[in-house]
Amino acid sequence: MSTNPELEAQIDQWRGYVQRRRAISASDVEEMEDHLREQVTDLTGTGLDDDEAFLVSVKRMGNLDEVSREFAREHSDRLWKQLVLVPEPSDGGARSWRELGVVLALALGAGAAVKLGVELFADEMVVVRNIGLLVLPFLAGYFAWKRKLTWRVGAALLVPFAVLAVVLNVYPFDPDGSTLFLAASHSLVALWALVSVVYAGGRWRSDARRMDYVRFTGELAIYFVLIALGGGVLIGLTLGTLGLVGVDFEPVLESWILPFCVPGALIVAAWLVEAKQNVVENIAPVLTRVFTPLTIVMLLVFLGVFATTGGLLHVDRELLILMDAVLVLVLCLLLYSISARDSLAPPGLFDVLQLVLVVAALAVDAVTLSAMLTRIAEFGFSANKVAALGLNLVLLVHLAWSAWLTVGFLRGARPFAPIERWQTRYLPAYAVWALIVVVIFPPVFAFA
Amino acid sequence: MHIDKDLVAASATPLVLGILADGESYGYAIVKRVNELSGGRMQWTDGMLYPLLHRLERLGYVEASWGTSEAGRRRKHYAITPAGRETLADRQQQWSVVADALKQVWQDVQRPPVVVEGWA
Repeated sequence: MSTNPELEAQIDQWRGYVQRRRAISASDVEEMEDHLREQVTDLTGTGLDDDEAFLVSVKRMGNLDEVSREFAREHSDRLWKQLVLVPEPSDGGARSWRELGVVLALALGAGAAVKLGVELFADEMVVVRNIGLLVLPFLAGYFAWKRKLTWRVGAALLVPFAVLAVVLNVYPFDPDGSTLFLAASHSLVALWALVSVVYAGGRWRSDARRMDYVRFTGELAIYFVLIALGGGVLIGLTLGTLGLVGVDFEPVLESWILPFCVPGALIVAAWLVEAKQNVVENIAPVLTRVFTPLTIVMLLVFLGVFATTGGLLHVDRELLILMDAVLVLVLCLLLYSISARDSLAPPGLFDVLQLVLVVAALAVDAVTLSAMLTRIAEFGFSANKVAALGLNLVLLVHLAWSAWLTVGFLRGARPFAPIERWQTRYLPAYAVWALIVVVIFPPVFAFA
Repeated sequence: MHIDKDLVAASATPLVLGILADGESYGYAIVKRVNELSGGRMQWTDGMLYPLLHRLERLGYVEASWGTSEAGRRRKHYAITPAGRETLADRQQQWSVVADALKQVWQDVQRPPVVVEGWA
């Protein structure tokens, strides 16, 4: 090993340059530094002096921009942290102002759409039922603009959008029936799947883009909640202050501020996630680390209670819906830690914890599901029960196969990549199920 | 000799897998081996090898483990997996088809084209 201080200083400087590339992780730098040092040693062995050897070695390592781009392409999870691989050209400022303009216009548009809906339809339920159809096109519009979506893909997306709009508004729903509620809530999932196609710039088959969309969804939820909290504080202060001076702020709040700000906040949050990904990039994975052990405790308590009370006496569909919520929570914990995990890292304690989490969730679900099936056999089907049951099965398949793959990974039988792939490949199942509930359920259950 | 970038990229995976099929190795040694094999005529951009190795690792063709070099530095070693051997065999077949076809093309090029009369 060289002990030349000058060479050491040069290598230090080189390491500093490489470390600044966020697509190249610390262990990659270490690997490349080992390479560089050995190259230098070999070259000095052939008669070059340290300076020359260092220059040749660095040259052979290649253009750092290109190498870093190659790393980013391979580790798209790191790419996520670094939107631009090469520094923006000098017109970057003008572009970001234009982007801000587009975002604000779309946010206003989304608000105006909701406001128009409220004004046009006397029945509030009509607006609630169509909220996704009113707001999400603006979100899709932002990504269509951002990703320069082709007209063909855009036109192809309009067809399912129109189908959803027609089904939600033309089907003769019983206003108090459960199929209306089911169709409205599941239409949001179907619409969210349509947005994913726009988000992926039409490349919805790509596993990496799907994983990006999963990350985007999580970060969007976090940003939206943060904005909502801030907005809530402002509204509270305004209400209090104006109340003291005797001005009734509530009508303005209800008829103008909420219809505009809530949908607008969604668009702005999406823009923030896109533009400022690295500000809270680590929130979702940190949250999963905190909540995975806690959720395991919760699930074990459930199992303990089920066992000591001697089974489930009063099972009804609320329990099944609760179980669906538990499985969705477990799935989110799983998805977000997988999306943030370095797929090359060897199996660790956290992977074991995750397996325990999934297995515990499956156990709790198996207990309630068996109880629920006997109930259904006794009292027959209803739209709500079938919808809850169907979602439960879709989730069950997802989690059970994840658990199976994780067992293989922990035993060293297969790499991590299949687990990741399974998550992204399975996602369309949710869109298909949502579509079934929206389109097929109402006629089957007589719109009740 | 300058070899076209696409050709280097296309041959990189079978070269790396083939070198690793001889026994586990690490980045710098792989580059050196490629130099030896090509008599110094194939120059890789050394840095590009690492993203490639990581991709092969993600696909499960190679396994990596951290060891220590003679100088006491941490060094990442790569070894081929059964899946990697399968891929290597597969690539070998593909390349021999390409090489056979090219060989015939080279022979045809050297011979003067046969002029078929009556078709002009």
